[in-house]
Amino acid sequence: MPAAIHTAGLARTFRMKHRTVEAVRGIDLTVQEGEILGFLGPNGAGKTTTLRMLTTLLPPTAGTATVAGHDLARDPAGVRRRIGYVAQSGGVDPAVRVREELLTQGRLYRLGRDAAQERAEQLAQLLELTELMERPCRALSGGQRRRLDIAMALTHSPAVLFLDEPTTGLDPGSRAALWELVRQLREEHGVTVFLTTHYLDEADALADRLVVVDRGRVAAEGTSAQLKQHWAGSTAASLQDAFIAITGRTVPQEEPAAPLAV
Amino acid sequence: MLPLLTDTRIVAGRYIRQTLSSRLSLGIGMVQPLMFLVFFGPLLHDLPLGGDGDSWQTLVPGLLVQLGLFSSAFAGFGIMLEKHHGVIERMRVTPASRTALLLGRLVRDVLQLLFQSALIVLAGLALGLRAPLAGVLLGFVLVAVLAVALASLSYALAMRVSTPQEFAPVVNTVNLPAMLLSGILLPMALAPGWLDVLSHFVPFRYLVDAVREVFAGHYATGAVGLGALVTTGLALVSLALGTRVFRTAGA
Ligand SMILES: Nc1ncnc2c1ncn2[C@@H]1O[C@H](COP(=O)(O)OP(=O)(O)O)[C@@H](O)[C@H]1O
Ligand SMILES: [Mg+2]
Repeated sequence: MPAAIHTAGLARTFRMKHRTVEAVRGIDLTVQEGEILGFLGPNGAGKTTTLRMLTTLLPPTAGTATVAGHDLARDPAGVRRRIGYVAQSGGVDPAVRVREELLTQGRLYRLGRDAAQERAEQLAQLLELTELMERPCRALSGGQRRRLDIAMALTHSPAVLFLDEPTTGLDPGSRAALWELVRQLREEHGVTVFLTTHYLDEADALADRLVVVDRGRVAAEGTSAQLKQHWAGSTAASLQDAFIAITGRTVPQEEPAAPLAV
Repeated sequence: MLPLLTDTRIVAGRYIRQTLSSRLSLGIGMVQPLMFLVFFGPLLHDLPLGGDGDSWQTLVPGLLVQLGLFSSAFAGFGIMLEKHHGVIERMRVTPASRTALLLGRLVRDVLQLLFQSALIVLAGLALGLRAPLAGVLLGFVLVAVLAVALASLSYALAMRVSTPQEFAPVVNTVNLPAMLLSGILLPMALAPGWLDVLSHFVPFRYLVDAVREVFAGHYATGAVGLGALVTTGLALVSLALGTRVFRTAGA
């Protein structure tokens, strides 16, 4: 079975007037089709930057990647047709109505007018947004807004779904519902999920395999049990202990909003 | 080419619906030009302004350019908010043409400006403006090209900076001198030599002169040609720049 994502030496340096930031310093990883990968790391480790490269938003300064069967550099359009992306800060306009967002998204994915209508209704059903269709997005709760973000990312039934900190700021009920949804997407549609998180319990419960990044490099990878065994000495240890052993830091703090494209 | 047109239409549709649903914003940009028209226009009535047209044929074209200058230059403001909310990146990961993300917005900006321009001309008519229809329409075309040029630059700037605090000063610093030096309120023909010379370095001056000419019913003149040429040139350069920024933003 071909890998859903494969990267080799993927790197990104930001050059600014007074300093350079090596946000990602060469990441090699492979994600299998249908896998849920947890991408963990402290603040500023380069998680969002990696995601933005893999979703064609940011050109890498070095390295190569294949995403959903398409080469990132040679065929970014092919990649875009096969992936969905939910950014850390989401992607809806607070002033725009839910229905309008779903419809625009459908049209941008090249659905005809009727097909876009139909898809919007389906997605609203799937993510329990039907009652909210006429509301402006600013009138949604955090959990509802996350569901809308995900609905929009699923418009074209992507093979690979990228989720950047999808449950940050959500109440426990909404988090649990979102985990269930992610599992369901994988079970029923075989979607590959690449998700970043700083909640260790989330990584532990949801991901098949973890990649821990620190300072722009892969610091450790394996199943949760493997990481606990190798870094904390026992599979009964907490992922927290393993994380501290790997990164030398405690659990990452709540992240600020993603830095915006400059 | 076809996907580009389709995508442009889809993006334009979204922003046109947004503009229509906030009629307030449509009106707000017109308050200033309308005030000039009503409270300033009558003062010019019997003054010798040089040129062929009467005072309304001089003032209204200036106000149209002023409207174009300000509403287009601030077009980028909206996109900064969208950028902040992640709307731009969300659209950039879809297969939609990234150029269309710019062009669709420009379509809305041009239509909005044309609508506002028509209202100003109608108000002018009520106050005493008389101008040939062909001239007015030609004037609209010139102003629309200006809107494309300035709105593209504005979007390009907005995509590059990260806060409104960086954006607004740049626009204001450019716009006010541009407005004063292009003879928007009074023709530069009245200016002393040094000021007249200086104003020739401001591209909008040629546009203002050209719109005044067509409002006076002169179409095949050097001033019209020069105005059209300068504005079109500006629009092409700005479009090229804007397109590049939209294709590569985030880099
Ligand atoms: N557009 C940008 N311009 C400059 N620096 C950036 C930009 N995006 C991210 N960075 C920097 O790169 C590093 C990694 O950031 P990020 O990928 O957002 O980390 P994470 O998502 O793991 O918290 C940070 O030091 C951050 O400040
Ligand atoms: Mg991040």
